[in-house]
Amino acid sequence: MKAGIIVFPGSNCDHDAYWALRETLDIRADFIWHRETELKGYDFLILPGGFSYGDYLRSGAIARFSPVMQELQKLAEKGTPIIGICNGFQILTESGLLPGALTVNDTMKFECRMINLKLSENRSLWTKRYERGAILNMPIAHGEGRYIADSDLLKELEDNQQIVFQYCDEAGNITDAANPNGSVNHIAGICNKEGNVLGMMPHPERVVEAVLGGTDGKAIFQSLLEVL
Amino acid sequence: MKYKEPDIKPEIIKEHGFTEDEYQRILNILGRKPSWTELGIFSVMWSEHASYKNSIAVLKTLPRKGGRLLVEAGEENAGLIDIGEGYAIAFKIESHNHPSAVEPYQGAATGVGGILRDIFSMGARPIALLNSLRFGPLDKPRNRYLFQQVVKGIGDYGNCMGVPTVGGELVFDDVYTGNPLVNAMAIGVIRRKKYISAIAKGKGNPVYIIGSATGRDGIHGATFASEELSEKSEERKSNVQVGDPFAEKTLLEATLELLGKAWLVGVQDMGAAGITCCSTEMAARGKSGIILHLDRVHQREPDMTPYEIMLSESQERMMIIIRKGFEKDAEAIFDKWEIPWSNVGEVTDDGKVKIFMDGELYADVPAYDLVLGGGAPVYYRESKEPAYIKESADYDLNSLPEPDDFNDVLKKLISSPNIASKKWVFEQYDNSVRSNTVMGPGSDAAVIRLKGSRKAIAASTDGNGRFVYLNPYKGGVIAVLESARNVACTGAEPVAITNCLNFGNPYDPEVYYQFTEALRGMGDACKALGTPVTGGNVSFYNESPDTSVFPTPVIGMLGLIENIDQVVSPWFKDEGDFIVILGTLKGELGGSEYLKVIHGLVTGEPPQIDLDFANRLNRAVVTAIREGVVKSAHDISDGGLAVALAESAIGNPAGLRGVEVYSMRKMRNDGLLFGETQSVIIVSLAERKLMDLERISSDYGISSTTIGRVRSHQRLKINDLIDVELKEIKALYDNAIAAVMEG
Repeated sequence: MKAGIIVFPGSNCDHDAYWALRETLDIRADFIWHRETELKGYDFLILPGGFSYGDYLRSGAIARFSPVMQELQKLAEKGTPIIGICNGFQILTESGLLPGALTVNDTMKFECRMINLKLSENRSLWTKRYERGAILNMPIAHGEGRYIADSDLLKELEDNQQIVFQYCDEAGNITDAANPNGSVNHIAGICNKEGNVLGMMPHPERVVEAVLGGTDGKAIFQSLLEVL
Repeated sequence: MKYKEPDIKPEIIKEHGFTEDEYQRILNILGRKPSWTELGIFSVMWSEHASYKNSIAVLKTLPRKGGRLLVEAGEENAGLIDIGEGYAIAFKIESHNHPSAVEPYQGAATGVGGILRDIFSMGARPIALLNSLRFGPLDKPRNRYLFQQVVKGIGDYGNCMGVPTVGGELVFDDVYTGNPLVNAMAIGVIRRKKYISAIAKGKGNPVYIIGSATGRDGIHGATFASEELSEKSEERKSNVQVGDPFAEKTLLEATLELLGKAWLVGVQDMGAAGITCCSTEMAARGKSGIILHLDRVHQREPDMTPYEIMLSESQERMMIIIRKGFEKDAEAIFDKWEIPWSNVGEVTDDGKVKIFMDGELYADVPAYDLVLGGGAPVYYRESKEPAYIKESADYDLNSLPEPDDFNDVLKKLISSPNIASKKWVFEQYDNSVRSNTVMGPGSDAAVIRLKGSRKAIAASTDGNGRFVYLNPYKGGVIAVLESARNVACTGAEPVAITNCLNFGNPYDPEVYYQFTEALRGMGDACKALGTPVTGGNVSFYNESPDTSVFPTPVIGMLGLIENIDQVVSPWFKDEGDFIVILGTLKGELGGSEYLKVIHGLVTGEPPQIDLDFANRLNRAVVTAIREGVVKSAHDISDGGLAVALAESAIGNPAGLRGVEVYSMRKMRNDGLLFGETQSVIIVSLAERKLMDLERISSDYGISSTTIGRVRSHQRLKINDLIDVELKEIKALYDNAIAAVMEG
């Protein structure tokens, strides 16, 4: 199995993703510089978190013009599994690979803490190893993670079972109090219609080892064993 | 000359902050009158900030070698500690107090940027940030503004860099109104033999400046840091630099790509005094010289003069020297990371820094005479013990009435912003990026694992300005002991410190007394613990028009953990576990948070200290953790026994843990509950491990006393004095700061 981690200037969870793949799938990934124009032989790709181009202008707004993004678009259409985590999610929405947009948290602050999220749908290739309805404990660390979409888009996401993760409390109740950033419909992660592209704000790559306080993120990466 | 420079008149000399003696010294060094640009160069290099002229003689009395130290204090940009398996840790703490007082967001952000550059310019990958912050009380809007903006500045910069902020301390007191303290600490890891030196050598080697363009921001920043804050300080806003963390992130990655290249000669970050400091220090280290052509420096603004370019403190810049002939290789790396660069000159062998612009010579100065450790002035100042020290030591604390309701006192203390949870702050910092954070903010010390090794490091920042104010010697000792105890409570052996020394005006004999006495205490404590000082920073002139701050030395302690599986948190774990105190409660209330919050007093004699005992206590607790005897360890500090027990009861993310404790009373009840006795650690353990703890305690000559059990009842009960519901305590603890900040 061969994985690629796309690195933009300002990416900063690239090494974490690399380590998580080592821990969960026992594979070593390639770092792919954003100026690459050809991506050959990769079974799946990760857009890691960070602050690509400093998040200047808007999160992900400059990274989407990187040469690598055209190639990524093609691979997405071919069904290659692609996950965007945090800033990676922002780049996916900016580039149109996922619908909707991510904007400044309603708290107007950066929010870093452990949160609970519910696997509301598991159509995505990236969640095959979880049971639908599972409650997962993962960290968030973002200033612009409030997912927004108009009512038409929301309905479409619901109808197509694209709302993968929603913020919830310890018991799995989806409440406003458990929503850390004001996301519409408490959305923490969505997939495309085909289910191969997943974007999520929480960081599964940071919770794959008990020594760091949790292992709920492991199955994200291991789910690929079911489909590849 | 293209740029007509002003004549050097007496008022200009005075404006540059020189004494008559210092100016005479310049005349002697040059053998002539300095030019305008040269005068600027001397003024920043001989400023307090860059030359340490009033502190270096005292700093040299601290233990600065031995142990695991690879690079002695002052030799490189940061200290370097050998942790085995071929790894070394670079770490350092620095202040950005004055910029943060007038422009809190940028001041704090660039403080973080500066300390990170110190670490990665050595080739070390930054793995953690900590900080130590002091503000005036939050009931004043200006203090809330400073606090909110400083936290945001620290967060935005560190978060964007992808370096987790894993710990720190936060204190509020009236004396910091108008002069907040903002100290930032960074830690990096490196292969031991591969570090980069901040050196210029090899005649003909090219000199590069890479990173952000040079602008007029921060001109005379070093000089600004070397004077007291006044009403005029607001005008200094233009002295505060503007941070660009994205530019710094690309600098970081490019610098780490340079690491290990055979053609790399030296790297130094441009902090205070910008190009001036870099070129003179690098040349002085290499016993070489440097020629710079300022017209080649990439600039942000038109028409900058040589004086302005040399003194600019624009952020996110580095000076890099490589072997001649490898220009293309270096430039390819800069270009890959889209970093602006310019080849600005070359290394010479005549010991001089020569500054040209458009082919004309504007400065020709000997590097050695400018730098700290070379020709920069060194002073001892007049010292006098302040009268208040004896007065407060003599204060009869037994004359104070004891409160009737200790539950109420505990609730007040737990709600005091100095004790309450700092989560409103640390949830704005990314504390888990890089996926190494074993223990983050909120515990006694942060624990960061090292990937690919069983080892981990622990780190803590500590300094109790109140104790130092009341007794500078003891306060200096206590700052070191507290930080060492904090890392020991995680299971780490304390190995070395970095320090940030925040004091008032050194020309005030009472301030100078506080400074020398506090350092004497720190030195004694470091010697006793075997933790050398790897470097740090001195910040004098922390005074506002109304008051001077408490003398506040902040210690950044580094601890080493051999096995990541042998780490404990401060929280109680399992019902039925025994709660044991290591050390002896003495009921000392002098300088305590209790006296301040309940009685409105900052007085009394700070707690007793016993260096030998403190060292044995640390070793005992580390042994107990390594052998798997104890499940938690938490030291007694602000708020005393009652607060420490409450914190251990409510901290566990898995839920509240009830506590029932009985402790013999040989002292006042308030002293028992809230006294801040030094060298006491609370541990919890299973009943079957009690004999093991007894053995370890006796091996190290430490008294251990079982005082209670972990219970299922979700209350905290101490003797017949305290009986409170943990849920209420946790709510007060968690929300005290947010309630003020968010209304």
